[in-house]
Amino acid sequence: MIVYLVTRATRGLIVLILVSVIVFGMSLLAGDPIKLLILTETSPEQLEQLRSAYGLNDPAAVRLGRFLEGLLRGDLGYSFRYQQPAFSVVAERLGATLELALVAMIVTLLLALPAGVVSAVKRDSLIDTVVMAGSVLGHSLPSFFLGLLLIYLLSVKLHLLPTSGRGTLAHIVMPSVTLGLFYAGRTARLLRSSMLEVLHQEYMRTARAKGLAESIVIGRHALRNASLPVITILGLELGGLLGGAVVTETIFAWPGIGKLAIEAVIARDFPIVQAVVLLTATTFVVINLMVDILYGFLDPRVRLTRT
Amino acid sequence: MSEPYATTANRAHTRARATRFDAPGALGNGMAVVQTLRPKAIFAATILGIVILGAFLGNAIWQVDPSFQQLNARLLTPLSLGSDGVYHLFGTDHLGRDLLARTLAGARISLLVALLAVGVAAVVGVGVGLASGVFGGHLDHAVMTCADVQLALPFTLLAISIATITGPSLLNVIVVLTATGWVAFARVVRSQVLSLREMDFFTAARSLGCGPGRILVRYLLPNCASTIIVISSFAAARMIVAEATISFLGVGVPSWIPSWGSMISEGRTYLPVAWWVAIIPGGAITLSVIAINLLGDWLRDTLDPRLTSPNGLSGIQQRNGRGRADAAQA
Repeated sequence: MIVYLVTRATRGLIVLILVSVIVFGMSLLAGDPIKLLILTETSPEQLEQLRSAYGLNDPAAVRLGRFLEGLLRGDLGYSFRYQQPAFSVVAERLGATLELALVAMIVTLLLALPAGVVSAVKRDSLIDTVVMAGSVLGHSLPSFFLGLLLIYLLSVKLHLLPTSGRGTLAHIVMPSVTLGLFYAGRTARLLRSSMLEVLHQEYMRTARAKGLAESIVIGRHALRNASLPVITILGLELGGLLGGAVVTETIFAWPGIGKLAIEAVIARDFPIVQAVVLLTATTFVVINLMVDILYGFLDPRVRLTRT
Repeated sequence: MSEPYATTANRAHTRARATRFDAPGALGNGMAVVQTLRPKAIFAATILGIVILGAFLGNAIWQVDPSFQQLNARLLTPLSLGSDGVYHLFGTDHLGRDLLARTLAGARISLLVALLAVGVAAVVGVGVGLASGVFGGHLDHAVMTCADVQLALPFTLLAISIATITGPSLLNVIVVLTATGWVAFARVVRSQVLSLREMDFFTAARSLGCGPGRILVRYLLPNCASTIIVISSFAAARMIVAEATISFLGVGVPSWIPSWGSMISEGRTYLPVAWWVAIIPGGAITLSVIAINLLGDWLRDTLDPRLTSPNGLSGIQQRNGRGRADAAQA
């Protein structure tokens, strides 16, 4: 088990180092940040002075070393646009993204749990067909288009909800439904097939033979066993959401990390972009690791075969 | 991360597949295919047929220039007649361009991008996956680490950054999509190769003196073919959405080429007064993606039943193959 854990953790660390190198390469490609920083006319000598002051004249390898060393100290660079450390700019927006991610997950579960269970229990019935059609629709609708549809119907036509921004409960309805519908489609499908597999197990027959109520048989014996793969996927998707739902946040002007990152790309404020990319990658790696560990505990086969 | 778990299931499956290939002749196979055609497959094929025909023959049938601007015919409702006698079935946009012509041109771009991106991603991914599975060792570790890095990077953000740095172009879009698309192919092909290696025919072929090249081409590739087809179809659906997403954000296909994503982006401003400018291309994307996804479902049910039933472990496999890129599009 120890060997398994260490292997997984090392792999995660290597991935993060590689991501940092790629992120650094991005800043090299982006060109001279000094030119973006300086608005007024500056003489070439002064530019040169600034470059050496910021260490931009050093060889790429030296700058990479400095960048990685900075990361270890939690220094993600300095935002030219906000005149603040990139880390604190991103941290400020984390709350909004977290809020949206959690509400979106709740919407997903509220839709997917009943849908997946019912369609598995009533397999091949009308309700199963409807749920599965809905799930294909849910994960085929591009989120930016679904967002526009909701704005058109609920804001423009019916004047029920505000089109964008954050603040009241009404503001979060459309962005969270946009995200929730997308994830619910896939989750319901996964839950259904997972339930179908469990429903044929022998312990289900035992549970029924014991005379347990059908609701307990389904709820406690089937759903609990069927939920493992679903939890895995949802965990990873929550991880993805923590990095900011770029498109949804942009459409609804939700002031989270995703929108911040898009604005930063357009303004060429690359330290912010780097910080967001690193944050997303780290969340992904950590959640992956947690899932692996969880599986290692739950299923001995995993830790024996995967070293 | 993705060793071939549960090889008993794989073996049973491959055995089943081997027997299926023994079906009596072409006619027998044809009948089997017809029997498995369900309404959803027919629906999917019809929609896809319309999209493909529209993309390739649209210009010949509907001879209206998609970029022709006519400011006195701005925002005409669908089913209306322009002042010059042109019938606008889908209406016009804010510059008086015919939306049907633009939707057809957009179909061409979407299909082109999807085909090229899936094609390149499949070739790269399958090649890498085969090599990784066959040779193992350091190469395998390196490849799987690259795949992890790829999955850890947020796709949309990366695509937008690249487009901002190099400027929007069709080639960029395809490169970005390929760079994110190969992982699904590589992972699944690799794990299939690892389980195929355990099988008797593999040992037999080796002991008969087959070289690695012959084993790859004659034994491994044909056994992975159905999986590759299934993954390709889901990848195509994802590519269409991804292209539309980055074009919607203004950094995908250059603005002078009509694409569904940029059409929606332009129509977004006019949503309160002219719903059709954004809703029609959006409907086109949605229908195409639904059709391809349904087709993928049907192909999977028909060709590769193992992929349909995720048990606790193949949940991880699924996540490795597809989870990340989808999440990034939200």
